[in-house]
Amino acid sequence: MDSETLLSRITDYANRPNPYPLYAELREAGPVVRQADGSYLVGTYHQIGALLHDPRMSVDERSRTNPPPEEIKNPSFLRLDDPEHHRLRTLAMRPFGPPHTPGRVNAMRGEIARITTELLEALPTDRQIDIVDDFAYPLPVTVICRLLGVPREDEPRFRVWADALVAAADVRPDEDTTEQDEAGRQAGSEMGQYLLDLAEQRRGKPTDDMLSAFVNEPDRSLRLTPEELTATGALLLIAGHETTVNLITNGVLTLLRHPEQLDRLRREPQLLPQAVEELLRYEPPVHMRERAPLADIEVAGTTIPAGTSVVLALASGNRDPKQFHEPDRFDPTRPDVEHLSFGSGIHLCFGGPLARIEADTALGALLPRLGAARLVQDPPPYRQNAMLRGPRHLFVQL
Amino acid sequence: MQIVVDLTRCQGYAQCVFLAPDVFQLHGEEGLLYLPAVPDDQLERVRQAVAACPVQAILMGKGVSAGAE
Amino acid sequence: MPSDLRDGRIVIVGASLAGLRAAETLREEGFAGSLTVVGDEPRPPYDRPPLSKQVLIGDVPAEATALPMRRDPDAEWRLGVAATGLDLLEKRVMLADGESLSYDRLLIATGTRARPWPNPEEGALQGVFTLRTIDDATGLAEALAAGPRRVLVIGAGFTGSEIASACRERGLDVTVAERGPAPLVGALGGTLSRLATLMHRGHGVDLRCGVTVTALHGDGNGRFTGADLSDGTRVEADVCVVALGAVRNVEWLAESGLAAGRRGVACDAGCQAFNMYGIVINDVFVAGDVSRFPHPLFGYQMLSLEHWGNAVAQAEVAAHNMLNPGPLQRPHLTIPTFWSTQFGLNIKSVGVPTYSDHVVIAQGSLEARRLAMVYGYRGRVTAAVTVDMGKVLDYYRHLIETAAEFPPPPGAADRAIAADIPIPSDVPDPKGLSHEPVVALTGYLPDRRLMVVQPVG
Repeated sequence: MDSETLLSRITDYANRPNPYPLYAELREAGPVVRQADGSYLVGTYHQIGALLHDPRMSVDERSRTNPPPEEIKNPSFLRLDDPEHHRLRTLAMRPFGPPHTPGRVNAMRGEIARITTELLEALPTDRQIDIVDDFAYPLPVTVICRLLGVPREDEPRFRVWADALVAAADVRPDEDTTEQDEAGRQAGSEMGQYLLDLAEQRRGKPTDDMLSAFVNEPDRSLRLTPEELTATGALLLIAGHETTVNLITNGVLTLLRHPEQLDRLRREPQLLPQAVEELLRYEPPVHMRERAPLADIEVAGTTIPAGTSVVLALASGNRDPKQFHEPDRFDPTRPDVEHLSFGSGIHLCFGGPLARIEADTALGALLPRLGAARLVQDPPPYRQNAMLRGPRHLFVQL
Repeated sequence: MQIVVDLTRCQGYAQCVFLAPDVFQLHGEEGLLYLPAVPDDQLERVRQAVAACPVQAILMGKGVSAGAE
Repeated sequence: MPSDLRDGRIVIVGASLAGLRAAETLREEGFAGSLTVVGDEPRPPYDRPPLSKQVLIGDVPAEATALPMRRDPDAEWRLGVAATGLDLLEKRVMLADGESLSYDRLLIATGTRARPWPNPEEGALQGVFTLRTIDDATGLAEALAAGPRRVLVIGAGFTGSEIASACRERGLDVTVAERGPAPLVGALGGTLSRLATLMHRGHGVDLRCGVTVTALHGDGNGRFTGADLSDGTRVEADVCVVALGAVRNVEWLAESGLAAGRRGVACDAGCQAFNMYGIVINDVFVAGDVSRFPHPLFGYQMLSLEHWGNAVAQAEVAAHNMLNPGPLQRPHLTIPTFWSTQFGLNIKSVGVPTYSDHVVIAQGSLEARRLAMVYGYRGRVTAAVTVDMGKVLDYYRHLIETAAEFPPPPGAADRAIAADIPIPSDVPDPKGLSHEPVVALTGYLPDRRLMVVQPVG
């Protein structure tokens, strides 16, 4: 049956530029669709929402038996279930957000705007630019470096590790992933040591960043262990930019494909916060998340055995006509955009507010320059990654 | 402008607190308190919070003008 | 919508949350006729939940709580004038100023008021408050800001507990007197009421349970000075808050022939009012705290809810049904939901916790002050209450809607040790028939919800 190959086709690089027809096929095939390898694919809005809130759904790869996981060491809270997830996420949140540090992200607006301006001023005016390499990548990298306390000039080093880790975390149903998994483990261990060294340098000599806050926490019971600190630090460093680069790039791409909406936003920039949410819905930076039930569960009449991989196609849920009127239309004035792009439930994206401010600032600053801009190549070349889907380059003539 | 948060829908994601910490505040881990009358200098941030709420629980609008009969 | 329903005169009695949302929905759904909203308070619609929280802490002035409009309902607002009577035959609402308003369709949304202290003289002492309106909250917030020696709160339901919490946050000494064995026991049952007791005491509240207040005392100038309790003790305090629950505003309907009584105005699941014979009156609708309505998920019992979310949802259904003929009308099937923030904890409830015989702690623990408690009745999930775990509530709502088996299925990673061991819910026994069918809801969107009935063999 064709529907059994949906995940393979979605992750097939040939379909990276436009996986949306496959998502429509997925929703047509039912709320829960079994794949040839025994895993399940879920693509309807309400079913994804229900599973994201279901406390029986585990994010821990070690609870997966089909297919069995590779050896996992020292997972971050992204890959842990409650109560351990809650404890670690709460500790990581202390120097980042409410209730302990409610103003931190908001206070970064000025700095984000400054970095944005610097990047825009450095753009060449005489030739085409690459939105990814010249703008959408350096912005969130610089921001997350400042926030964490990682030297910006180390970017070439951690980029290698980040690439390996992101590749290892991708959804690849048909491939032998041993090599990538091993590379990911190696990168994770090197990155962890790197972050630990940085944090050690700040012990007793705090600078105003999260690594400093982690090592200088006076209350022992609220301090991360070295293993927890490396897992958390690596997660924040990678998630802090690998996703936002897609959000900004997809934003520029979508606006250039919809010149009438671009014009409207240029005239009414106060629509931008809403437009960012619509962009998140329409072209989400993260297309899929994987879970496994801890017990046999019944989903829409199908019994999914404990330990079975369940892939939630967030990007498909975002295009579900049962939730969104004319879902394939990009409409920055769409009301009540309750998209799934940051997930939902206890694992809702940790850095969502930062990503929003970065996207809002970046697109707001770019808008005046996009009036006469045109895409040099459409569709653009995409990154290999199916889960973190976005262009590798986006060449634009301003 | 006035706001009201449908705290029946609110699940304590606190996106509004991140984006407009002078208007929204967490009381404990997930209890949300807020200023129903939005100060003018906070309008833009609150607009962002309204758009960002993952469960779309924040309504901003004008109050009914008094003595409108 | 037939054109005759789109025009004509609609009167809404009640200018608070339900009245405002109904007015907006009428316009949203195309009502083009004349719309009048009557309210006994002189103020335009405002939001009450902040009055016992932000306002008492001192963060927000009470008069800053105006409700935002979704859209201007283009209504005539008759504020500061109470409705005093209803003539169903003449289709007329009588007002306190002697005028009357004729209607083609009427929505009753008069809500509730604070239950006053039973002794009016004692209740009139300076320093004695109830808390329901902006004026109440302004007076109480001022009294708290003045730094009283001690505050006495009578009643440890949600409002009383929130008031006590706000007092402690302001550093004020507070005594809470509750007739029952523990705070919140009537709403949440035995187990969570014990957590509530710990929270009160842990935050320095002088909590006295199993006692009643027998008298309030004043000095020669009519200022409240303290109260006598049934255990023979006396509490010296400068401020007293009477938090004994709500009285439904139905007196104006006493002669109308509607089924209006102490527990509200009875209506059907489509919000149409019953008369005293239980016959539906076609042109009269009810929404919000003043209504009593049957809910199929809870044995078709008539529910009276004082929930913010119910007022909104029911107002929307009532407004829709006021503009649509029978076959296009919608049932009000919303699952009751409420919240309370007190002593730094966020308590959320879905379903009807009092409609239960047993409970389990499904996730988390009392020790962690973070848990999900699930309520069951005759082997079906009927409610769930979370403490600082609001993100899982949707899951339990789904179990309630689908009449899932109780105790809930295993598998949660943070499953409590005792998740399989139901203990008595220890709330007032729900009345129910012995063999009612099991009812579940289908569909995701409120306007496309259906009910399925599975007969019990």
